[in-house]
Amino acid sequence: MTATAETTAGSRGSQPPVPDGAVTVTVKIRRFNPEIDDEPRWDSFDIPALPSDRVLNLLHHIKWYVDGTLTFRRSCAHGICGSDAMRINGVNRLACKVLLKDLLEKGDKHTTITIEPIKGLPVHKDLLVDMEPFFEAFRAVKPYLVTYGNEPTRERIQSAADRERFDDTTKCILCACCTTSCPVYWTEGSYFGPAAIVNAHRFIFDSRDEGAEERLDILNDIDGVWRCRTTFNCTDACPRGIQVTKAIQEVKRALLFKRV
Amino acid sequence: MQFHKYDVVIIGAGGAGMRAAIESGQRARTAVLTKLYPTRSHTGAAQGGMCAALANVEEDNWEWHTFDTIKGGDYLVDQDAAEIMAKEAIDAVLDLEKMGLPFNRTPEGKIDQRRFGGHTRNHGEAAVRRACYAADRTGHMILQTLYQNCVKHGIEFFNEFYVLDICLTETENGPVCTGAVAYELATGEIHVFQAKSVVFATGGFGKVFKTTSNAHTLTGDGMGIVFRKGLPLEDMEFYQFHPTGLAGLGILLTEGARGEGAILRNASGERFMERYAPTIKDLAPRDIVARSMALEVLEGRGAGPNKDYVLLDCTHLGAEVLETKLPDITEFARTYLAVDPVVEPVPVYPTAHYAMGGIPTNIHGEVLRDNDNVVPGLYAAGECACVSVHGANRLGTNSLLDINVFGRRAGIAAAEYALSRESHVDLPENPAASVEAQVALALSEHGQERVADIRTELQATMDANASVYRTEDTLKTALHDVQALKERYAHISVQDKGKRFNTDLLEAVELGFLLELAEVLVHGALARKESRGGHAREDYPNRDDTNFMRHSMFYKQGDGLSADIRMDYKPVTFTRYKPMERKY
Repeated sequence: MTATAETTAGSRGSQPPVPDGAVTVTVKIRRFNPEIDDEPRWDSFDIPALPSDRVLNLLHHIKWYVDGTLTFRRSCAHGICGSDAMRINGVNRLACKVLLKDLLEKGDKHTTITIEPIKGLPVHKDLLVDMEPFFEAFRAVKPYLVTYGNEPTRERIQSAADRERFDDTTKCILCACCTTSCPVYWTEGSYFGPAAIVNAHRFIFDSRDEGAEERLDILNDIDGVWRCRTTFNCTDACPRGIQVTKAIQEVKRALLFKRV
Repeated sequence: MQFHKYDVVIIGAGGAGMRAAIESGQRARTAVLTKLYPTRSHTGAAQGGMCAALANVEEDNWEWHTFDTIKGGDYLVDQDAAEIMAKEAIDAVLDLEKMGLPFNRTPEGKIDQRRFGGHTRNHGEAAVRRACYAADRTGHMILQTLYQNCVKHGIEFFNEFYVLDICLTETENGPVCTGAVAYELATGEIHVFQAKSVVFATGGFGKVFKTTSNAHTLTGDGMGIVFRKGLPLEDMEFYQFHPTGLAGLGILLTEGARGEGAILRNASGERFMERYAPTIKDLAPRDIVARSMALEVLEGRGAGPNKDYVLLDCTHLGAEVLETKLPDITEFARTYLAVDPVVEPVPVYPTAHYAMGGIPTNIHGEVLRDNDNVVPGLYAAGECACVSVHGANRLGTNSLLDINVFGRRAGIAAAEYALSRESHVDLPENPAASVEAQVALALSEHGQERVADIRTELQATMDANASVYRTEDTLKTALHDVQALKERYAHISVQDKGKRFNTDLLEAVELGFLLELAEVLVHGALARKESRGGHAREDYPNRDDTNFMRHSMFYKQGDGLSADIRMDYKPVTFTRYKPMERKY
């Protein structure tokens, strides 16, 4: 490893065997530990990796064999739990869903991968940010089925078409890739952000739900849907392929025409 | 140190923990402690469905479901518990629907159902459509729906609080649970939670294996804490290998694919399950399919350049079924193996998936301290618990069912117990002392061993020696390796010495739990000289009901990682089903 001079922690000893077919890449990471750093800094690590490796594998290699202080969240490692959202080469991605082969430079050119924390949320340490403001916005839109009157004995009946109406937004894993890719969210943290609107959409367009009006009132607020400037960053960022901008537009239209 | 006082403390915020919290939180003052954020829990990775005999698409009843569960578990299932689960399954599904879960629908608008391994009509006649599902994201929908309802009910969460100990206060009638001790990841501070009841819902320990469908965070913390307190673990030798993990990676591809008609083939294209399970073929229970796949590979009929996997053929299902009913696994195959299931078969091989064993409980979720007595105030539910509804092999979908049925039961029982107690029982003296010592020890300098090296070697020996097939020799090798790794663990070095989000420390602590649980698993596998369900001994290929129709119970003898394990046995509860030969 050739970590830059400002690296605080040294190598963790001998390196594991390099697998056949590995290439050496440079991983450049924005670091910040408020316990010791006055301001963020960059660290670079040259490590061997396979083209089939996920970026998460690279981060683990650094943490496990080079610098144990490198800090990030992760859990499922296959794009379902939403823990490892980060800015990889300038775009928001889940580290477990990006493969090295898709980042490699063509020909013999050396590859450098730049990794930063997602933007717009306070950095706690390295790639780990404070998720509380994000979840607070989520909780504010009443993200649960609202019904009145008596519950049926069996299941509520819902046609396949009605179920399909909100299918796209049920896929959200609350990773914050969309919200923290939004330029409006970066500058005006009071904006609910795309993910909260996606989760409001998921219930507003559910035929079983009776809380659409309450939610639309909340989203009609000064920090609600009207802040959206339709830049489509959120749609590009979503690791689940949700049409985020379209969902936001559908909520706007529901507000304009007072109908769902 | 900070101090908190609640009626009920729930540890873990996956399906079981949040289902418990929804009940407990509406009855008593409840806190949920999780080392993650609730929506990161691995319930969200479950795919295929949740079985309940709704009979929405064909004739079915809960008695058939009970029978399938017991036969699927190779008769090691406690039959009273299985009956409760199958009976309450129906309300469990309907409750989720009422909470908002977006199930797939039939043309009439009812909850749709699909086939799943080992679930049959009329005691084995043919596969039955029993699994309620939401595409191949059923677990995701359950996790989200439960979290949404926790938000609705204002459940109080302590996110990224890593519980490292529970408080047991000795009374004249034995130990009583009085609280839990947690390490706050953000600050490194220790928190003591005094409570009238504590519910463990901490999930499994799949990370003892290398090839696993489990998340990095599934390190058996809850089971490990209970074991260190001298309380028993049950049936730990029974570990499930899911047949269809992405080859080489272990990422799960749902059994629901075969439920929709996908077929397993060997290198020559043969549908080999016809030889092993003539009636229900690819929809045989997981232990049988996993062994059949391993045999195909062992006997040289594996596919690929190294003949080390078989193929899951979905190509005849068509793009529409794959995109609408199995969209996530289709994407996994494309993303991680660059294989498109629409046009080519997917390389698959068994992946370590689920612990049938765990913390023994009765049907109310109360934790047992021996075969006859409970620990008042202590509860467990979900994968970390062993009721036992899964016996020697869990049927597909029954885990999502387990967390909902027994999560609910444990939440209600814990809250009612707390409400029945006038005051909190005093905590033991210095409740945080052992956790403080544990953290200080891990951070002190006492060696050069790397956590990653020990963990990698542990996973390698467990994959090689304690997985689908086992023998006396392989298990002895595994035991020797694990014990040697435990000695090296005493010399680990944690590089990050800070207080703030010290995930380096966290991984070191997790490894301690993994090592202990791996040893218990291997110990139990050595002692069980028979083959039953997920435990297949090549040197004892038959089930031995005379000597082994009984649950294993493991107790830690003494303190420290190198303490001995004492084994005992517990009878299986029978109601109406006599053990039969298990054929499909």
